[in-house]
Amino acid sequence: MSGTADKPDLHLEVEAGNFHYPEDYAYDAGRGLTAETVNYICDVKRDPDWIREFRLRALEIFAKRANPTHWASKDLDTLDFDQIRYYLAKGQQAKRSWEEVPEDVKRTFERLGVPEKERKFLAGVEAQFDSEAAYSNIKQAVADEGVIFVGSTEGLHHYPEIFRPWFGKVIPSGDNKYAALNSAVFSGGSFIYVPKGVKLKHPLQAYFRINAEQFGQFERTLIIADEGAELTYMEGCTAPKFETATLHSAVVELVALRGAKIQYITVQNWSANVFNLVTKRGLAMEEAEIKWIDCNIGSRLTMKYPGVVLQGRKARGEVVSIALANNGQHQDTGAKMIHAADETTSNIIAKSISIGKGRASYRGLVHIPKHLRGCKNNTECDALLINSDSRTDTYPAISVRGHGNSAQHEASVSKVSAEQIFYMRQRGLTEAQAMSLSVNGFVNDLVSQFPIEYSVELKRLIDLEMEGSVG
Amino acid sequence: MTTSTDNAPAQWWLQCQRAAAARFAALPMPGRQDPNWRFAGAPDADLASYQPAAGLGEAEREQALAASDNAFATAGGAVFGNEQLLSFTAADDALAKQGVIFEPLTVALARHPDLLQKHFMSQPVALGSEKFAALHRANCNHGILLYVPAKVRITLPLTAWHWLAGDRQAVFPHTLIIAEAGSEVTFADFYRSLGTAPGLAVSVTDLLVGAGARVTYLGCQDWNEQVRSCHLNAISVGRDAGAKTLNCNLGGASARVESHSRLTGVGARSEMLGLSVGHGAQEFDQRTRQDHRAPRTWSDLLYKNILNHRAKAVFAGLIKVAPGAPQTDAYQTNRNLLLSDEAEADSMPGLEIANDDVKCSHGATTGQIDPEALFYLLQRGIPRHEADYLLAVGFTEEVLARFGHDPINTRLRAMIADKFRRGKRRQVGPADDAAAGSANARHPQHPV
Repeated sequence: MSGTADKPDLHLEVEAGNFHYPEDYAYDAGRGLTAETVNYICDVKRDPDWIREFRLRALEIFAKRANPTHWASKDLDTLDFDQIRYYLAKGQQAKRSWEEVPEDVKRTFERLGVPEKERKFLAGVEAQFDSEAAYSNIKQAVADEGVIFVGSTEGLHHYPEIFRPWFGKVIPSGDNKYAALNSAVFSGGSFIYVPKGVKLKHPLQAYFRINAEQFGQFERTLIIADEGAELTYMEGCTAPKFETATLHSAVVELVALRGAKIQYITVQNWSANVFNLVTKRGLAMEEAEIKWIDCNIGSRLTMKYPGVVLQGRKARGEVVSIALANNGQHQDTGAKMIHAADETTSNIIAKSISIGKGRASYRGLVHIPKHLRGCKNNTECDALLINSDSRTDTYPAISVRGHGNSAQHEASVSKVSAEQIFYMRQRGLTEAQAMSLSVNGFVNDLVSQFPIEYSVELKRLIDLEMEGSVG
Repeated sequence: MTTSTDNAPAQWWLQCQRAAAARFAALPMPGRQDPNWRFAGAPDADLASYQPAAGLGEAEREQALAASDNAFATAGGAVFGNEQLLSFTAADDALAKQGVIFEPLTVALARHPDLLQKHFMSQPVALGSEKFAALHRANCNHGILLYVPAKVRITLPLTAWHWLAGDRQAVFPHTLIIAEAGSEVTFADFYRSLGTAPGLAVSVTDLLVGAGARVTYLGCQDWNEQVRSCHLNAISVGRDAGAKTLNCNLGGASARVESHSRLTGVGARSEMLGLSVGHGAQEFDQRTRQDHRAPRTWSDLLYKNILNHRAKAVFAGLIKVAPGAPQTDAYQTNRNLLLSDEAEADSMPGLEIANDDVKCSHGATTGQIDPEALFYLLQRGIPRHEADYLLAVGFTEEVLARFGHDPINTRLRAMIADKFRRGKRRQVGPADDAAAGSANARHPQHPV
């Protein structure tokens, strides 16, 4: 993960992910993607007919759409869709031995203080980490208040009356090529419903739930907060998630009904061979609030632009984004704010750090159409470059019409201040420590918005990424 | 070196035109999928309906000459109308003796083919209008060559007026300025129409700024509101040299302006300014690039748009810092003032930085007249429409102050004031029913 400018380039890292494992899955849709694959998935999962139709329609869209390389990274064209496995059933994923796990991943576990048992799970050595108990506890605690917190498959089978009206409505299959792919082959992910007026005090952690049933490659999450409800949802973890599958493409839909509040926290740390192409969008009704807190550390290429459609009067959307791009990585992240009602407000704060040859891009969309009044957007993007061949880009698109609407965007690019480093070195810190401290300072105001255990780990992780980047 | 006769263009020139015509035919018309044309209205696909202009009638000629009023002292100037040279004031003898070349293209083609061969459109067009650049290259026969030898400083500005008249006529004005090491020059292009017929204008300005030279350039577009135009600015700035350019959009049905500044020498500086005042259904599509290719280069961009009625402005700028350009300072600002509910501003300020030793920032804002400033003026008895006007004019002043050339600024202020007057008259036009309605809604009773 961490490395210096002379670290081997990404092809070698891809090699490192090529594990051998026995190919005797009980449920395996095989390689490649055709209508047969989709039908196979439907049969195995016993999907209702409307889901089968939904999947097949999405497959057509996926096949029709070209990779968006006219604006996105050409690296997408290296994906070979015929070589990908689109479905492996529960408990049937890769097995490998601890010896096969690369040293730097082990070292990261060590430094983060990940418990021994959990390390093996995260490294894919053990198929299942025993978080069943933790998940059951959470599930029980919230169920008393009428909260539904289950997997997406269970959601669509047991709660179709809530699931179906919203599923695929915030992000239609035609939204983009990868949303269509997910719609065709999705499995895993969460379904959450929080009833009217219920305010959850503790965050719902996908970590425990997903651990109990395996990470999904094509997760599909749908969260509905009914009127006045509040919840915080957390997915991912700071520890690196070692994966052999090279393509991950999730779709996350949030619906915040009148006066509801949803906060969605993601920490993404896939290993450096993974393409992470995710579509995330929330729908905020009157006076509702949706906040995405998004932190991207791992993967080879991440493309993710969490968005909020501000559908009701006085709705509010916010995106807080941290991206860290090291050698061989491209973090192409950003935010979308679609204003669709009067007096809606949105705020985007994005910070990125590029280390070594890493590349961090911010892509933003702010749309305020003409029939609206009193809408406001604020966007701030700051990029920090650590090495002389680090790279950063900013591509915002801001479209404003209408009465009393305003938008402001600011971005800056800088390197670590030589004076700060001098000050710290003078007081006995090594250059690496000084750099780390400075970088942590750069993102500190955003990191402090994460739950405490995450923010502590994030700091350690930044220290780790910074190692070897200087001198 | 090819030889040429006095009257017919040289063979090499015709060959370049033929090659460009083939390029034009081969290149696809840019579409909405092209990131360089995002948010832009579709370019007029029916280019064939325009025909290259062929001179002006006597009356129009007089009219154009009378209206080509700089209102400031110049060191030389030219007036063109519908692909015809109407008048030419050569630079004075003192400058000519120092080696300054100021000639219409038709003359320069015969006398200085070497300069044209080397520099005419020598910088590739990269911001999306490759097809229009080819169209210009294929059809351009008129314009200016200005060559300023090393260390020669021309204190007074030089100007060119480009007039367009008649139904669906097309013009292709060109300005080529070569400033050798340590020289200084100021040049202003004015693009205007006679009458109100639809037309097409594809103009190109090449600025080549040699080591330590200083070039100040104004391109002021004030075509009538039926004209579609495309103006391509290519700026190349050498070692320790400085270029300051202002692109002003007042007229046109739709005007696309591309300004590409290449900072190729150590310590080069480029200041890029833009000012657009739009009303009715005008569309201004502005694309800029600040290309930092050498160490210790500096660029600062400020594009301001004032939009009334259903006018629309697109600003897409990119600061690009190459790995080999450490200690770059680059700034980019886009400010949009919306005077009506239906005006639209699309802003895409971009950065691509491949070097850590830089200071870069950009900002974009879109909003209305500050209510507090308005209140202040109303409170002092200034009527609402007058207060709106004063604040809008005030918004333009920052750009003019940065441009800093007082005589040219005075001329520009008069043209901007005239544009606002036209805008006020327009409010009753049938084409702007919706705009007029909302404009009235915007003028509630003054607070007592």
